[in-house]
Amino acid sequence: MKTWLKIVIGVWIAGVVALGIAMPIGYIPGLGERARIIFFHVPMSWLAVLAFFMSMWYGIGYLRRRDIKYDIKSATSAELGFIFSVLATITGSIWAKFNWGSFWNWDPRETSIFVLLLIYGAFFSLRSALESEEKRATLSAVYSIVAFVTVPFFVFIMPRMMTGLHPGEGSPAPIVNSNGKMYMDMNMRYVFYASLIGFTALYIWLFQLKTKLSLIAYGLVADKK
Amino acid sequence: MRGAAAVFTKDLYGELRTRYAMNALIMFVVVTLSIILFSTAGETVSPSLSAGILWIIIFFAAMSGLSRSFVSEEERGTTMTLQLWVKPISVLLGKLAFNALLIYVLNAMIIIAYLLTMPTFTIQSPIVFLLTIVLGSFGLASASTFIAAIISKANSKGTLYPVLSFPILLPLLMSVIDATRLSVEGASITDAADDLKIMISYAVVVTTISILLFDFVWRD
Repeated sequence: MKTWLKIVIGVWIAGVVALGIAMPIGYIPGLGERARIIFFHVPMSWLAVLAFFMSMWYGIGYLRRRDIKYDIKSATSAELGFIFSVLATITGSIWAKFNWGSFWNWDPRETSIFVLLLIYGAFFSLRSALESEEKRATLSAVYSIVAFVTVPFFVFIMPRMMTGLHPGEGSPAPIVNSNGKMYMDMNMRYVFYASLIGFTALYIWLFQLKTKLSLIAYGLVADKK
Repeated sequence: MRGAAAVFTKDLYGELRTRYAMNALIMFVVVTLSIILFSTAGETVSPSLSAGILWIIIFFAAMSGLSRSFVSEEERGTTMTLQLWVKPISVLLGKLAFNALLIYVLNAMIIIAYLLTMPTFTIQSPIVFLLTIVLGSFGLASASTFIAAIISKANSKGTLYPVLSFPILLPLLMSVIDATRLSVEGASITDAADDLKIMISYAVVVTTISILLFDFVWRD
């Protein structure tokens, strides 16, 4: 990645953080100032899912082409996704303590991120238990596909198990409601999208950096000083 | 199909000859059930809780028994022979049929023991309960057979098995526990229809994806 692009990402995210904390957001029923978490927590959850999808995508790439580079990319994406899902869980949990009264409530989305964490954990345990590189790449790719295929069932099961607590589910829907209509004012919406873009760019940068490192470690790319 | 039947018969004869899996599993169920009975002694377990406990026993019994289908082939070094003689899909289907049979026999025993020892666990709607057991067990067998094929290539197979299976099985477990609770509470089949639909689609999806991906797992 070009140096100027890295600087742009740095400045961009700094701007998003500053605006997300300091910008006036208006009164939101039931949430108030706590609504600011949307600028940080939602991008984390989005990246947790995106990174898992990319990990599976590169896994499929490995199965098709049998090139170890795809496996390295798949593992890298899973590692980053794991960090983002931990961050999403922690930020969400702290927020839940102040908004819902306890750190953990088994709300549908909390359950989903919990399952995602379990899948990441299983993925890494599987990888560490396989010695042969080829087997590790194949089997972890297969496992991530199976995991990805069973996850959509939660969409049908969750709503009947428990009602959602997240803003946008249930009767008070201050920010996003089921019609898909957003009750964010314009400024808030811009910062939210800017945050999504900024953190996704950060993910891409981290992904390229980590991939390059792993490729060097595997001796696939000469270390250019 | 003949290959699948041969693999199934081979596993069945092997099991009937040694009764290794069945004996170990029966002891596992006895031990687990007695721990539950000791810890709930003097308490009245609510019907919905007893539905959950039943599936905890079934889940862990499956986790301790079903991995053998592939792990034993690796341990005895017979994987190569199977690879030479039968098509991968026949191996998967044969093992799946054997595991499904094993878990049906096992579940029948677990449920009889559970009904005799848990006074609050009374089935009000037998049809819902029967369908739940039949469909749920098949989904359980399908997912765990495929995961068993994956972990048989890894180190520390025993601990890895529940770790890998749980996230995959969780949607199924949630709907079977819900359906069992409904059957204990005496709900009609229309009330449980959503759960049963999830079980059917889960079994179809998981079986299909394992057939599609089994080649990658099986081939060395």
